[in-house]
Amino acid sequence: MGLVVVDVMPKPEILDPQGKAVAGALPRLGFAQFTSVRQGKRFELSVDGPVTAEVLAAAAAAAEQVLSNPVIEDVVRVAEAAAGADAADPA
Amino acid sequence: MGRIGVVTFPGTLDDRDAARAVRLAGGEAVALWHADADLHGVDAVVLPGGFSYGDYLRAGAISRFAPVMGEVVAAAAHGLPVLGICNGFQVLTEAHLLPGSMIKNDHLRFVCREQELVVENTQTAWTGQYAPGEHITVPLKNQDGQYVADERTLDELEGEGRVVFRYAGWNPNGSRRDIAGITNAAGTVVGLMPHPEHAVERGFGPRGDAGPHSGTDGLRVFTSVLLSLVG
Repeated sequence: MGLVVVDVMPKPEILDPQGKAVAGALPRLGFAQFTSVRQGKRFELSVDGPVTAEVLAAAAAAAEQVLSNPVIEDVVRVAEAAAGADAADPA
Repeated sequence: MGRIGVVTFPGTLDDRDAARAVRLAGGEAVALWHADADLHGVDAVVLPGGFSYGDYLRAGAISRFAPVMGEVVAAAAHGLPVLGICNGFQVLTEAHLLPGSMIKNDHLRFVCREQELVVENTQTAWTGQYAPGEHITVPLKNQDGQYVADERTLDELEGEGRVVFRYAGWNPNGSRRDIAGITNAAGTVVGLMPHPEHAVERGFGPRGDAGPHSGTDGLRVFTSVLLSLVG
């Protein structure tokens, strides 16, 4: 079974209120070295067979048309997940 | 009598209030179901507020693909008046019937208040009964209410007079240029974050000239479209 990972981030020029809130909480827990946080989304798309070029192209199209809204977000990664390393729970 | 469709998606909250507003304005409210690709011959459509599909993915993003929305988009292209309130506004932007998008309020909190607005465009199908520059008060309640678009789009909206409602007194969510509602180029599709359907009957609305809960400033959104249908 193949797995494609799609990462979506808020556009750089769009204020990310959630990231800002997380950034505000970090120093309160002693993580003072992080100057800013931006929060995005990760999608894991499974296919029955291997991840072919066609599968990746379809994932890229889905990322642009559904998984992200180009007005406020950028698709920053569409890639096959490395076997065992990137999947949420290989077991 | 004008027949106004009110769409119910899974998670819609304000469909009953929107239907009631249509009836109080003198129209016939027709319940439309998200999974039913049929507008049942209505003369206009309201996409009400709520949290359709739990705001999963993005507010309004999943609703855009509901069977009824294909019909709404097709009919809007031929001039069907469509009003999107709050979550309905988010659905309209996701469906590309209106430009821009909504992100989380800049202060990160849900906001619920009686909101003052300026009506800037009275040429739309939904605002003909207001006076240009009129100040009105209607309830506002949202989490993802911050209207954003790129500068070119904002300039275009301003230049073409397509900002219909603007926040007055206080910008409750950080929306660009205090924008509370916009329209398409034809003036038939209008989306706004505040809730005119909650300000249509004395005793149940926001503050008005006759004191608390007396405000009915939202009613004319619905009488406007009914009059536009006969005019």
